[in-house]
Amino acid sequence: MREFLWLVPLLPLIGSVTLMLGAGRLTMRLAGTIGAVSVGLAAILAFTIAAGFLTNPPAGSVYQQTLWHWLNVGGVSATFGLRLDPLSLVMMLVITGVGFLIHLFATEYMEGEDGYGRFFAHLNLFVAAMLLLVLADNFLALYTGWEGVGLGSYLLIGFWWRDPANGLAARKAFIVTRIGDTALFLGLLLITSHLGTLNIADAMQHATQSWPIGSPIATLAAFLLLGGAVGKSAQLPLQTWLPDAMVGPTPVSALIHAATMVTAGVYLIARTHALFLLAPAALLTVGIIGGATLLLAGFSALAQNDIKRILAYSTMSQIGYMFLALGVGAWDAALFHLMTHAFFKALLFLSAGAITMRLHHEQDIFKMGGLARRLPVAFWSFLIGSAALAALPLVTAGFYSKEAILSGAWAGGTSGRVLWLAGVVGAFMTGLYIFRAVFIVFFGEEHGHVSGRYGWRITTPLAVLSVLAVLGGLIEVPPVFGHVTLLSNLLAPVLPATKEVTDITPLLLASLAALLGIALAALFYWRPTQRPAETPLWRFWHAAGGFDWLYNRVLVRPVLWAARVNSDDFIDSFYDVIAWATKAIHQQVRRTQNGRVRWYTAGLAIGSVSLIAIAVLL
Amino acid sequence: MANVPLDQGLLLAAILFALGLTGVLVRRNLLFMLMSLEVMLNAAGIAFIVAGARWAAPDGQIMFIFVLTFAAAEVSVGLALILLIHRQNPMLDADAGDRLRG
Amino acid sequence: MNTTFEISAVVAVLATLMMITRPSAVHALLYLTVSLLAAAMVFFVLGAPFAAALEVIIYAGAIMVLFVFIIMMLNIGDAAAALESTWLQPSTWIGPSVLALLLAIELGSLAVTGGLARPAGSVVNAQAVGLALIGPYMLAVEIASFLLLAALVAAFHLGRAVMREE
Repeated sequence: MREFLWLVPLLPLIGSVTLMLGAGRLTMRLAGTIGAVSVGLAAILAFTIAAGFLTNPPAGSVYQQTLWHWLNVGGVSATFGLRLDPLSLVMMLVITGVGFLIHLFATEYMEGEDGYGRFFAHLNLFVAAMLLLVLADNFLALYTGWEGVGLGSYLLIGFWWRDPANGLAARKAFIVTRIGDTALFLGLLLITSHLGTLNIADAMQHATQSWPIGSPIATLAAFLLLGGAVGKSAQLPLQTWLPDAMVGPTPVSALIHAATMVTAGVYLIARTHALFLLAPAALLTVGIIGGATLLLAGFSALAQNDIKRILAYSTMSQIGYMFLALGVGAWDAALFHLMTHAFFKALLFLSAGAITMRLHHEQDIFKMGGLARRLPVAFWSFLIGSAALAALPLVTAGFYSKEAILSGAWAGGTSGRVLWLAGVVGAFMTGLYIFRAVFIVFFGEEHGHVSGRYGWRITTPLAVLSVLAVLGGLIEVPPVFGHVTLLSNLLAPVLPATKEVTDITPLLLASLAALLGIALAALFYWRPTQRPAETPLWRFWHAAGGFDWLYNRVLVRPVLWAARVNSDDFIDSFYDVIAWATKAIHQQVRRTQNGRVRWYTAGLAIGSVSLIAIAVLL
Repeated sequence: MANVPLDQGLLLAAILFALGLTGVLVRRNLLFMLMSLEVMLNAAGIAFIVAGARWAAPDGQIMFIFVLTFAAAEVSVGLALILLIHRQNPMLDADAGDRLRG
Repeated sequence: MNTTFEISAVVAVLATLMMITRPSAVHALLYLTVSLLAAAMVFFVLGAPFAAALEVIIYAGAIMVLFVFIIMMLNIGDAAAALESTWLQPSTWIGPSVLALLLAIELGSLAVTGGLARPAGSVVNAQAVGLALIGPYMLAVEIASFLLLAALVAAFHLGRAVMREE
């Protein structure tokens, strides 16, 4: 089955192209079927390939499929190929599996919307680009997928384009991530020009051989790649686009802005970990960015009233955990958390979508309340997702993955201990903010009018994801609870091993922090609560530390000012003169076009007379 | 009979051509403009005949026949157009048809 | 020198001059016919009897009859002639006359100084013309036939539009 790997990204692409070509001609049912089935087939194929891969791994755990030679210029050769190794295998399974569940959810969620076919065309396009990103064996294809997911994100954030605010949010997401993309592109150029290859594995090998640890060139390259990762994964300082991106449809938020695209940065750093190991400064920065982002996002999530924005900040925060893990060298813990996060965050977003679709798209948690009895399906899904997000000990997937990260940080020396502390505070905040949402939304006074029932296309993804959010963590269990190492064994050939931690102190403390956060949330929000007062502190965190305000002042306004000042400078006046002269001459010349035949005849005659006169006289 | 100085023949053609041109430029009635155009075409024909006579070759007369053909075609289409224009513009005023002015 | 030629030439010029100054369409048409007949005389004098015959038959005959038809159909009468004379102001004559005079002088000077002051050759009869026409000029004849066909179709189309509206 392995040789059909190229079909995995191609199937969603075919679905996307079919939907685009059939735009406006396909019935809603057919469009949804094409959209979901194309990803579903890709998922079946991916799982079949995975089964083959696990039972009968190829040599070196790497399956390389070269599709064609892209270019061969000046010593730089780029083959277009796919590379399946444990890292891309995990990503591929997450993307196709979670992606299919979200597609299935969306077929019902988006029913009756204008542009139903367009939605699935773009969603399929996104999945195809994301699969290309993770399966690419060279930087060029990776960058193609990288930009492709950016495009898909842009198109889907602005899906409801009739509201200009949504278009603005889409533009903001595109431009902010573009800053990171530019850094990534420069980094890729640097790597290619110095190492002479676009192939990722070769480039990493050459880098290890030719660049000493801590060399400026390696550090620069690592920082540039980090820039790209930071932009795509909404980490400090390019995090401002993610909360605004929540104006897109909820399945989009679940797929793109929680489960897959925003984790592309994590994947990129894991994929190029050899380079980051050569640049300790960059690696430390990854950890610091992760720690700072998870704290900032955790505090900000506590000051949000919009259910989707709470989840957006929690996504930012959880990706901060993954960055933290990468920064302390707990590579497989980062991947583990990426996977479990995809399960429980998709679950949270989908159940939030399931709630809002019954409340006429009301997203303010203070206008909900008492929904536990009225929407049991959504309640249990959201509760399981929240428990996993808050890392409720032992019974949730999030616990095991977060525990792996924090153990890794604990073992990471002084800087690791500081980051561990940040992680523990973050775990406390996570429990607090997500259960604040749970208590406000599902308990207390009943608000809002609930109507309608869920079909199987809503409940099935919720059920499957709930199971995964509970049991998905059991593939990697710390020594104290039985020591299962399925994932780290799988990833061992491609990622460096993590130090084994047998000390259970960090585990206990982290569990305690999470439980404390949940308990505190119960204490404050069990009883019905009022909307929080707009104190300056609340406003500060509501605006997520005021980065939007800062960037607006420091970047946007000066650029706008410069554009306005330069809009009619003296160079323009030169062209204005040309335009003015053209107009003036036109005004005079058009008098000769008076439409009279005799006048034209006279002109002809005058011309002939002049010409003959020249011929005769000269 | 054939001792006509050919410069005089060409002079005649030039004068007739200029008179035809004057007619086209002066008259505002499309019918008169068409008649003046016939004069100009005829003058061209005279020039061809004169040139043919100069070298005693048939080519001049052949070109005259082509001019004649052209004149016949031009007059038939031109008069049909005048019939159409007459409905909009009974006085056949050439200056009134200036919808193409800039 | 040939008196027949000179008389014909003077008649042609005078008739044309009259034609372009007449306010009445019928008068102008008669003068035009005279001018064409005078031109036919010139052709005859120049040794081109076939062209002279064609000039009389087609130009002065068929084409002029077309003009007569049109004048009759459009019923151009005294009112039109009166309007025509108001259009023919002396001031409108100045520019075109000067222009035409310049053109005539230029062309005439070219004719006079062109080294052509030599009598014409012998008569070129219809047989020579006909042989050349279906010989070297075959292609041009075909093209001319296309032109006539196109004119036929166009005139028919335009005429039908007139008929339908009436």
